[in-house]
Amino acid sequence: MFKYFITLQWKSFFRSASLGKSMAMKILMGFFTLYMLATLLMAGIGLFFGLEEAFPETDPLFLVSQYLVYWVFIELALRYFMQKLPVMDVKPLLTLPIDKSKIVHYVLGRSGVSVYNLFDLAFFVPFTIVLLLQGYPIVNILGWFLAMMGIVLSINYTNFLINKSDKALAVVLLFVVVLYALDYFDLYPVRAFFGSLFYGLYENPFLALIPVFLTITMYYVNYRFLRHGIFLDASLQQKTKEVATFDLTWTRRFGDIAPFLQLDLKLIWRNKRTKVQAFVSLAMIFYGLVFYTMEDFGLNSVMMVVVGILMTGIFLMNFGQFIPAWDSAYYSMMMSQNIPLRKYLEAKAGLIAVSVVVMFFLSIPYVYFGWEALAINFSTALYNLGINIPIILFFGSMNKKRIDLTKSPLGNMQGTGAAQFLVGIPLFGAPMLLYGVLSFLVSFEVALIALALIGILGFAFRKHLLDKITLLYGKRKYGMIAGFKERNG
Amino acid sequence: MVLNIENLQIPKGQSFGLVGNNGAGKTTFFSLLLDLIPPSTGHIVNNGVQVNTSEDWKPFTASFIDESFLIGYLTPEEYFYFIGELRGQNRADVNALLTNFEDFFHGEILGQKKYLRDLSKGNQKKTGIVASFIGHPEVVILDEPFANLDPTTQIRLKGIIKELAAQQEVTVLVSSHDLMHVTEVSDRIVVLNQGEIVKDIETSEKTLEELEVFFGKQSAIEESGN
Repeated sequence: MFKYFITLQWKSFFRSASLGKSMAMKILMGFFTLYMLATLLMAGIGLFFGLEEAFPETDPLFLVSQYLVYWVFIELALRYFMQKLPVMDVKPLLTLPIDKSKIVHYVLGRSGVSVYNLFDLAFFVPFTIVLLLQGYPIVNILGWFLAMMGIVLSINYTNFLINKSDKALAVVLLFVVVLYALDYFDLYPVRAFFGSLFYGLYENPFLALIPVFLTITMYYVNYRFLRHGIFLDASLQQKTKEVATFDLTWTRRFGDIAPFLQLDLKLIWRNKRTKVQAFVSLAMIFYGLVFYTMEDFGLNSVMMVVVGILMTGIFLMNFGQFIPAWDSAYYSMMMSQNIPLRKYLEAKAGLIAVSVVVMFFLSIPYVYFGWEALAINFSTALYNLGINIPIILFFGSMNKKRIDLTKSPLGNMQGTGAAQFLVGIPLFGAPMLLYGVLSFLVSFEVALIALALIGILGFAFRKHLLDKITLLYGKRKYGMIAGFKERNG
Repeated sequence: MVLNIENLQIPKGQSFGLVGNNGAGKTTFFSLLLDLIPPSTGHIVNNGVQVNTSEDWKPFTASFIDESFLIGYLTPEEYFYFIGELRGQNRADVNALLTNFEDFFHGEILGQKKYLRDLSKGNQKKTGIVASFIGHPEVVILDEPFANLDPTTQIRLKGIIKELAAQQEVTVLVSSHDLMHVTEVSDRIVVLNQGEIVKDIETSEKTLEELEVFFGKQSAIEESGN
């Protein structure tokens, strides 16, 4: 039976129509995973010797044990964002004559071999081997290793239980902060206390039974929960929230793109992923603080151009790169309704332009660090308006991946493809290069004026540029419609 | 080949019914009319406008194919007003139109303070169908409008479509699996089978019987084929 489940998984990946694109994405993620694994592996090998050298009097294993409590909570918090229980995949199986408990065991079992657990293994296995080679008693070390694996799996299964509420995350993070504060201000010897607890697992290997028992308990709780919770109608049922309406009549002054602006504002406000992005974009205004206060960069270094482009254009990038995929759920309606494509794109460009202007105004206080900051932000804002808006719209015409707005925003790579990575090159690279060369060869002022002028030039030709982009969207329309219909892209 | 139609003319003002089994090409046909998929050969002209070269057919053509025509994060009212704006209708115009459909809505659509994504399939469908009537379209395309509706609503919808079809300048295109409903609302029935037009009849009292005989034979053929 499990063999069937696994082949189903396999097929769903290889038979996805957007395989080519998602392959590239998966390969990239694969490289990242390999890099992480390699790093953890090196850490697992090197940590013991590093600690031995730095603190020759203390047992390195005890030092590690002291920090394990933080590891537990931080890993729990990280997994909260990254790891989700793949329950929805089994929905079609529920009506088939397959024993429900088997399905549940499969779902839970699959999560047990997830890549997140592999990360932990990549650290603990070499670390344990090093300990054994260093002559630690075999039974104790194996007990300790077993205990660690138990803790990893307990984290794995606890995550699924707390994953449903944001409060749980707050509690976990609060724990980390409180523990760290207690330790830092010498209020309570947190590290010593938990250190001896975790070290106890090494000293008394039979105590490893506790984490093992904990794993089994958490597995069982999850099993109980799913076994009784996994019903077609229960998982189909959605919580309905009352609608929050707000007045958008002020958008009227934007003329005939007003209805689209209203639609986009509602899109942003009423969907989790877009809402989070809007807040992230606003928060990005503080990005400047990081760099302006750094001594390493002068106020007229190339880095400041990146900061300027990013601060005034963060919404441009976050929102713009997924145009028109935001509308993927109803794209065929948009394409058959009385909406000229041109107007549709104008509305998107208008919204992004407003965001650039707003972000520029918010960045004005940075003038405190010197007039150069203001000047750079002004010319990068112009550059964003004139050049980067058409560029991001141009790259949007390559989007073919559906975005499900109702899905959770965090760690959500939906709609991400190669185009999203390529787009960064012209957005940042071109202005950096231009500025770098000109300020090196001529002067800071000339470089800035050139950036601003190019932006203004792009703005002056925006009608022409938009015409060209509209043609592209028209040409790729069928591909987009077909792509956006595919749900598991 | 999904759909292969030599030539098909639908005169203005006709109410046109499309029937056929699954995979016969009904939705493909409507998608072609709306330029959602490109024809591999040939073309479609809607009221003098070739649909894949010009966008000028959009102002007078309205449609509801499936739930991908709805915007999930809007309330039904907001959706109606949005469509209204696209079709040059202000709120008052839209409200005036909506009052005609109070029976049809059965108190489950307006004033619910719910997003469309939270409505039931049937209520979503009602919203989409009525939205396609906004702004006096001359061509109305409805794919399977009767599916997912309860019997009372189906009967009301028949009345609505008949009324719409009675207007001289409005062409209504409806597809359905329900032979009875579709013969009742259409002047003309076209039967698609595996992408080909196999029947093209003016509706009369005998049409329903004729269709039932045809589809009965289909099933006999398939059975003997198996």
